[in-house]
Amino acid sequence: MDILAQLITSFLATAAFGVIFNIPKESLIRCGLIGMGGWLIYYILNGYFGNAVLATLLATVFIAVLGQQMAKVYKTPVIIFTVAGIIPLVPGGLAYDSMRNIVENDYNLAIASAAKVLMLAGTIAFGLVFSEVINQIIKKVTAYRVKG
Amino acid sequence: MLAGKIMLQSGGETYRVEDTMTRIAASFGLKQTHSYVTPTGIIFSAEGTGPTRTKLIRISERSTDLKKVDLVNSISRGISNGEIDLQEASERLNEIHSMDLTFPFRIQVVAASLASGCFMIMFNGTWNDFLPAMLTGGAGFLSYVYFHRFVPVKFFSEFLASFIIGLMSFFFVKMGFGHQLDKIIIGSVMTLVPGLLVTNAIRDLMAGHLVAGLSKGAEAFLTAFAIGAGIAAVVSFL
Repeated sequence: MDILAQLITSFLATAAFGVIFNIPKESLIRCGLIGMGGWLIYYILNGYFGNAVLATLLATVFIAVLGQQMAKVYKTPVIIFTVAGIIPLVPGGLAYDSMRNIVENDYNLAIASAAKVLMLAGTIAFGLVFSEVINQIIKKVTAYRVKG
Repeated sequence: MLAGKIMLQSGGETYRVEDTMTRIAASFGLKQTHSYVTPTGIIFSAEGTGPTRTKLIRISERSTDLKKVDLVNSISRGISNGEIDLQEASERLNEIHSMDLTFPFRIQVVAASLASGCFMIMFNGTWNDFLPAMLTGGAGFLSYVYFHRFVPVKFFSEFLASFIIGLMSFFFVKMGFGHQLDKIIIGSVMTLVPGLLVTNAIRDLMAGHLVAGLSKGAEAFLTAFAIGAGIAAVVSFL
């Protein structure tokens, strides 16, 4: 029940973000599905291992690889799929926590959560880059095979 | 050139803009072209027989409109496949440039509020906070767009929007309509968070466009700071 609620909300949230970013109408559902998949991976792994960084990394890689494949199939820029999919993973809650702690003069807690935010943002970035590199390697290997 | 301008204004990545322009030029027979793209301007020069021609375009306003990026992309695809000639391409680009493809404003606000409510649930909020989060999120997005029309300083309107979000959720909780202040604020603020900017900045940095990546990163940081300051102002005064 809990996971079902998470699935529905993440789908809706990602698709709604697609509307704000003015993603073409026919891609909205696909964006929602990608966002849902990414969030599902994050949610389950985070609950299972209790390690947000690992969960974020895997979810980002999933989103980016799937987004690139979809971009190829539907002949649209990759950015359409990755941007909407990544939005749920952005550590907005933690960033808010650290800001709030700064305001309340609790600098120790603030720095701890700020460090976490940096880690998570870095992880998202790393996941994106990582999957891009994987994709290029796949491309090169297939091109090489066709040639040879 | 126009293609590049549209793409950049609509939130395409820098390297995609450069790539598109070079491709279009190459398929029209200009083999030696150089483009230099930053978030605030494009320099493009073409070498041919005769003197080198260079053009500079200043980009002052940026927004997010991925549909335009998509359309320009498909035109450039058509050009490099030889399906569209110069005349037709420039006509179609002009058309795209003047078009307003965004969803109706009302739908955008509804989408923003829906997203806020859903994010609140995703951050382990409870269902009885769903409505307050939707209302504050919608109001925040609405005020962001309206303030942006009055004062064209992006950071200021972000600050005001998040200030309103903070204020509204505080009163909802005070009235007993909302329950968890933190969750409501986080959910509503998500619509203003510069997710696209961060992603683009990182992709540009990795593609070797250091200037573009850093300046986009700076923009994202300023936006995040504006949002944080707006919320912080509410939290510290009340």
